[in-house]
Parts: sequence; C-alpha cells; structure tokens
Amino acid sequence: MITFDNVNKRYESGQDALVRVSLELDRGELVFLTGHSGAGKSTLLKLLTAIERPTRGSILVAGQNLNRLRNSQVPYYRRNVGIVFQNHQLLFDRSVFDNVALPLSVAGCNRREVGRRVRAALDKVGLLHKERQNPIVLSGGEQQRVGIARAVVNKPAILVADEPTGNLDPQLSAEIMQLFADFNAVGVTVMIASHDLELIARQKRRVLTLQAGQLIYDGIPSREAAYP
Amino acid sequence: MESRAVKQPTRNPGNPVRTAPRQQAAVERARATGAVTARTRLGDRLRGWAGHHREMAAEALRRFFAAPMASFMTALVIAIALALPASLQLGMVNFQRAVAGWDGQPQISVFLNKSARESAITSYVEDLRQDPRVAAVTYISPEQALEEFQQSSGLGDALAGLGSNPLPAVLLVRPAGATGELEALAESLRESALSDAVVLDMAWVERLSRLTELGQRLSLGLGLLLALGVILVVVNTIRLHIESRREEILVVKLVGGTNAFVRRPFLYSGLCYGLFGGLLAWLLVTLGVALLSGPVAGLASSYGSGYRLDGPGLAYLLALAGGAALLGLAGAWVAVARHVRAIEPS
Repeated sequence: MITFDNVNKRYESGQDALVRVSLELDRGELVFLTGHSGAGKSTLLKLLTAIERPTRGSILVAGQNLNRLRNSQVPYYRRNVGIVFQNHQLLFDRSVFDNVALPLSVAGCNRREVGRRVRAALDKVGLLHKERQNPIVLSGGEQQRVGIARAVVNKPAILVADEPTGNLDPQLSAEIMQLFADFNAVGVTVMIASHDLELIARQKRRVLTLQAGQLIYDGIPSREAAYP
Repeated sequence: MESRAVKQPTRNPGNPVRTAPRQQAAVERARATGAVTARTRLGDRLRGWAGHHREMAAEALRRFFAAPMASFMTALVIAIALALPASLQLGMVNFQRAVAGWDGQPQISVFLNKSARESAITSYVEDLRQDPRVAAVTYISPEQALEEFQQSSGLGDALAGLGSNPLPAVLLVRPAGATGELEALAESLRESALSDAVVLDMAWVERLSRLTELGQRLSLGLGLLLALGVILVVVNTIRLHIESRREEILVVKLVGGTNAFVRRPFLYSGLCYGLFGGLLAWLLVTLGVALLSGPVAGLASSYGSGYRLDGPGLAYLLALAGGAALLGLAGAWVAVARHVRAIEPS
C-alpha cells in the first residue's frame, strides 16, 4: 500500500530530515512511527500527505508514484488519505457537523449523502449527540475524536495520525488508540506517529523507529528493542 | 499495488461507515485496483459543484451583512469612485440634449441696417434665396425680435417703456455649401449695403463640439482611473478576508480542497462588494440629480425652455451594478491569484 524506496529529504536550510529511508506497508496494516523530536517523523508524514516532496528516492502509495504527482492532482490524492493532527485543526466558526462534513463538501458530495456519512462517522467516535455544538465547547479528547471523524468521513484507504494522543491523559489516549484499531480492522491502512512509548508497547503492533533521519528499527517489539 | 493476499477485513457491527454491502464491495474493489480518486459519481459531483456555487454565493451575502458597517464602508468607497465618472457621463448626456437644437449646422446672422426699407429687404431676401450657396433664409422683423426678447428676458415692462424698438431686423442665413465657402459667403453678405453686421456662428459650433469631446474624454479617463481604484479597493479587502481565514484555507487544502474550491467564496465576496458598490453609486447619482433638477429646471425656464434634467435610468442601474460586480470579481481574482496559492500547509 505504501512503499518508500531510498527516500531522502533535505530541506532548503541544508538539514537532512530523512536519509535513505526504505519501508513497505501492506494494505490494512497498522504501524507506529516513533523517534525523538527532530528524528524525521513529521517529515515522513508530510511526504506521505504530499505536503513535502522527497529530494531523492520514490514514494508509492496505492500504486501511485507521489514523485509524479502534479500540484493540481495533490488535492485529489489527499482525498484518499485521512489526516489526524495533534492539535486537531478544527474550525471554531462552525458546528461539529460542518467540521466533519468539510472533506465531503470539498469532494462535491450531495447533501443527503453528506448527512448520512457525517452522522455515521460521528456515531463511530461516539459524538453523534454533539453534532450541533461548536467544537470549542468540547473537551480535548472530544475535539480529537471530531478530528478523527473528519479524517475518516471520506472513507479513505489510508489514515495518517501525527501525535494524536499528544495532549491527552492515558485513559483518553487508550480510547483514541482503540478507535484507530477499529478503523484498521475494517481494512484501513493506519500510520500513527507517536512518542508515547508505553502506549505503543501495549498495542503489540509493528513499530518503525527513526533516529536522525534514518530508519533504525522496523518490527514488532518484544521488549525494549524498539526504543534504544 | 501489493499482489500479496491481505486478510479480508471482518465487517463488525460498529463499521465506521455504514454503507450497503454492495457499495462497500465496490469501494473495496476500487481500493484493490489502486483507484485513488474520490469515489463520488460524476453527476453527484456536478450537482455538488453547482450546490457549492449556490452555497458560496449565499455565504458571501451572509458574510457581507455579518459585518454591515465594514462592508458598507467598502461598498461606499466603491460607490463614490463609480458615482464620479457616472455623473460626469450623465452630465454630458444632459448637456448634449440641452444643446440638441444646435444641430451642428453653422448659421450666419445678418443684422440689417435700421434704415433699410422693407421692399429692399424683401428683394434682398429673394436674391439670397436664389443664391446656390444659401440653403435657407429666415427673416426676423424688428417686431418679432422684440417680442421674442420680451418673452425670454423677462424685461417686458422695461422694454415697453423704451418707446421705440431698438432692435434691428435679422436675417438668419443657413449656408448650403461646405465649411470652406462660409467665409466667402459671409464676406459677400458683409458687402451688401443693407447689412450692418454679419456674425458667423461657426466658431461656437466648433467650440461646442470640441468641448463635448473634451468632456467625454475626461469622463472616460476618469472612469478608467477610478475603475482601477475600485479593483484595488477590492483586492485589498479580499486580501484581508483571505488572511483572516488562513486556518480554514489550510484545513480545506489538507482535506483535499482544490485551489478553485478555496477561491470560490472570495470571488463571490468580491462580486458582492462590487454589486453593492454599483447599486450605491446609482443611488448617489440619483440623489445628485434630484438635488440639481430643481435649480436646473428654474434656470431653463428663465431661458424660456422647458428643459428638465434626465436622471440615471434603468440602463444606468444595470450598467453600474453589472460593471461594478465585474470589477469586484476582477479585484477578487487578483487577490486570490496572489494569496490563495501562497497558503500551503507546511
């Protein structure tokens, strides 16, 4: 589903964010991406969401080569990738419903379909009863769940999350993780960047660890192997 | 795409997206073949596109009235900028209508000697009518001239007290030939023993047409300059709109919004500013005409004319509203072309 082949990313400042990173994700996999800040996690996610382009190497997502993606095609590519942000990036000038509906109206969905899909997504994250509220009155955990509903409302094949539990307490974090596991169970490929090592260890899933831009670990950690 | 078999996902009751099984299967197939375009049918997308246009038009109106004072100020700036050339143009139209009686044909006024006898004048007029250089001759007797003067000047009583008529008889000669022969004709009229003075009105006719042209050029130039001003006002206003909605633009781009999608609300806002500016401009011009029509009518009647100022009619309303809306749209285009592309997630 996702293939990185010898990907290098050097920013204009001369900083090497990723160095010869190669990895392969199967369809329907759930992987964690770890590493210290500045290790290249964010860069990898930006490459995957076509926010940045690789300096060298190629990235294939669902058979599509991102290097060859024209700027005008980027929006259409992103419609198939759900993105969850650490600071959830909700818009406070509209209701929870309208926030979640945004990817659908962007894709030109008709109104009835929008209502149906938005309610399905909100129901899944357990916030159907709050669809009319402004997200600003919701708790941090609820806001993050609205963000997740928005990321999955378009039924993307890939779900990418950048520190989705960064600001949440352990119990809320576990709930959020369970949500990702649920989506993964219905075939969505999920990649979660996180530095919450305890949480990751409990999931017993495949872990990719970056250090100074290099992929130094790829596997399902038995004990402390993934966290040097 | 991976060819390796992947464990088929089990569909649990808590399926995040509850779709009909058949549709779900279609989606799975689409994924399996590596299709990554949005799974929305073309008809739906067209309807969605038209729906988005409707929504954005309505939203532009809502945003316009959400901050009524600020919007009104901007529209008023546009209105003033447009009302200036529009009223100048309207003034020119009215001016041309006022002088429409002077159809641009030169006319020679021959003031006859007061001592000329009636019979001599009659035969002179007959002679002139035979002249191939003359198209028409109008004779105004001193009595007629006095009567006309009394009516138009309002000095009737004073003139009546004069005792004798001070006005001479006048021949209004309309030349038939080209402009070049006018001087020669005037010269031969001057040579006649009957004529006291010959006035060639051509200079005025020419000056008038030059003046009209000058006015038209002036209003056109001013119009172009101020149209540019309107565009700049809208560019600046829309730029501020874009800045204030930066967060939203970033999110929309991250969830797959195209540049066209992001541009749309701002283009409608620009259209809105222009439209309301144009309507306000029309109101300003109408108000100006209403204020001026009283004095103008009085002035005209003092010259014995029933002339009335023409207000800006429906044509002006349509032209101002339509033209201003287009200017607003153009300004919004400039703003979004420069700023929307620059806002990219990083």
